[in-house]
Amino acid sequence: MRVWGTVSDVAVQRRELKFKKPGIDRFFHFVVTTGALVSLLVLGLIAVFLFLRGFQIFKDMGLSFITGSLWEGTGAPGEPTTYGIAPMLVGSIVLSLVAVVIALPLSVAAALFIEFYTAPRLKKFLVSLLDLAAAIPSVIYGLWGFFILAPRATEWAISLNHLFGWFPLFHVPAPFFDGSPFIGGMVLAVMIAPIITSVAREVFSQTPPDQISAAHALGGRKWSAIRYVALPFGRSGIIGGAMLGLGRALGETVAIYLVVNIAFKTNLNILFTGSGNIASMIALKFGEASQYEVKALLAAGFVLFAFTLAVNMFATYIVNLSKRKSA
Amino acid sequence: MTTPQKPWKKSVGLRLLDGGFAVLGLTLSGLVVLTSPMAGPEAVGFVAIPVIAIINFLRVFREGATARMNALATTLIMSAFLFLITPWLSVMGTVVSRGRAAIYSGFFTHDMRITPPKSALDMGGIKHAIIGTVIMVLLASIISVPLGILSGVYVTEIRGRFTGLVRFITQAMSGVPSIVAGLFVYSTFVLFFESYSGIAGAISLAILMIPTVARTSEEVLKLVSEDLRFAGYALGSTQSRNVFKVVLPTVRSGLVTSAVLGVARVAGETAPLLMTAQYFIASKTNPFDGPIASLPTYIFNMFQTGNRNSVDRAWGAALVLLGLVFVLFTFARVVTSARRRR
Repeated sequence: MRVWGTVSDVAVQRRELKFKKPGIDRFFHFVVTTGALVSLLVLGLIAVFLFLRGFQIFKDMGLSFITGSLWEGTGAPGEPTTYGIAPMLVGSIVLSLVAVVIALPLSVAAALFIEFYTAPRLKKFLVSLLDLAAAIPSVIYGLWGFFILAPRATEWAISLNHLFGWFPLFHVPAPFFDGSPFIGGMVLAVMIAPIITSVAREVFSQTPPDQISAAHALGGRKWSAIRYVALPFGRSGIIGGAMLGLGRALGETVAIYLVVNIAFKTNLNILFTGSGNIASMIALKFGEASQYEVKALLAAGFVLFAFTLAVNMFATYIVNLSKRKSA
Repeated sequence: MTTPQKPWKKSVGLRLLDGGFAVLGLTLSGLVVLTSPMAGPEAVGFVAIPVIAIINFLRVFREGATARMNALATTLIMSAFLFLITPWLSVMGTVVSRGRAAIYSGFFTHDMRITPPKSALDMGGIKHAIIGTVIMVLLASIISVPLGILSGVYVTEIRGRFTGLVRFITQAMSGVPSIVAGLFVYSTFVLFFESYSGIAGAISLAILMIPTVARTSEEVLKLVSEDLRFAGYALGSTQSRNVFKVVLPTVRSGLVTSAVLGVARVAGETAPLLMTAQYFIASKTNPFDGPIASLPTYIFNMFQTGNRNSVDRAWGAALVLLGLVFVLFTFARVVTSARRRR
């Protein structure tokens, strides 16, 4: 008698779901991935080339390239040559700090105003104005700073010194107030305020509306809602925006070049004439530098690059953190 | 159906009252300034802010601590805002008012080949600077727009394992100081070919442009709905075909916007051009042929010359440059809002 096999006898195999990407897609992926990674490559190349071209300086000067405060000589044989960028490094930090200290409170207030006090149509217009202000070329800010702001800011500096001269920061060794870090910092403040304002406004716009309504329902006014809901909610966004502004201020070249009296000295009296940052020093010395000095300028460029990159990565990290929190 | 009522909304009368008290505060501080050694409109502003704040504080004094703080904070926030936009409006106003002096009928059709910077304002012009800027910005766009869009496509379409990295790098790159980009191109390109050139300037601008294009194109590509992508796949399309026939055409105007914003970002860059393209007094169209002029370096050079007429020329070119940025921005906004309406 013939026995028919049952289904289980037949080798039944689960068929693998296989998906092989078509060749054209693999090519497409390759092209897009390469294109996307070019920016990574460029960033790497910038670091590598500036470091390599400046390597001889790092080797010759050692750590005193960062800590030294003399910039002398052309590197010709027999001539004593020392390069140290400490005064300009300090100058970069002082100028940017002055800028952030002036711009941050005003920007946060302006962001609050645009977000919470304006009608939708006016808000749209003001956001456009912010974008436009952020896109005004720095050479134009420099011209304006030199011809319009500086004469007035010098007067303000004199009054400040008159009132608060006993405080070391506002002390001046001699009555020269033009081209000071204070004036340079003010121009930088005008330049970075749009950035800080738009980052802060964007964070404020994500404040949960129900929490604002809750603040009103508890009898609060607008300020209570801002003070107890919007500001705590946007704190990391504000910090991140300030850091982004700081990063932009650290690397600004032309505006500082035009407005500040570039002097190679460490100046912590912010109302006193003469200062500068790394970028403006590079622009100043670049034109008539010897071959050896150009290497030193490229090395200084590497330091500036590493410094701003660190500040920016940190800022980006903080801003992303606050975005994730709100998402 | 009733329209939503807003009983808490300030009536027109109340608003007028607020304005009236602000004017009163301004007048008071004007009087204070006139009777003191301080002078100038900015002094009035400095004094008016606390004066108006105190007036508003006193007006709501009987309504309790919350209302008092609210009045103070509102005044301070509004005045901080006015304080902040004053310099921007001043920049734009100054550029327009001072820039007009240098502009005459030949300003756009002459260069500085036979005109010394300090000569009268009815000679010479910025033709060479405009040509140079257009050439370098065009070349920079040719390099950076495809790369930026590719990086946007990578983040939104392929979503591969480098997605986080690519996004992070573009953000970090947008903070690279412009002079560093210039130094990089100098240390590679200019030193290698032993000559400043338009192409070197264009490459340094492209480096600064990539992050802007990448970020904005990512933003617009994110707006493409998933359904549209799935519909393409359901029809048996490959991913590459889907991207080129469905995704990219959907956001075409948005991609144009991203390129325009990138151009607006770099058109006014000065520092990188100082060490890559330098400056030249005559018109030239060959980007491989030595130093070339551009609007920002023209402004910079005319300012450096320091003569009354050359400074006026700098303001004139600044007006043209600002106008260019403004036109690009308006264009980008119009294109974007046209897309939204559709």
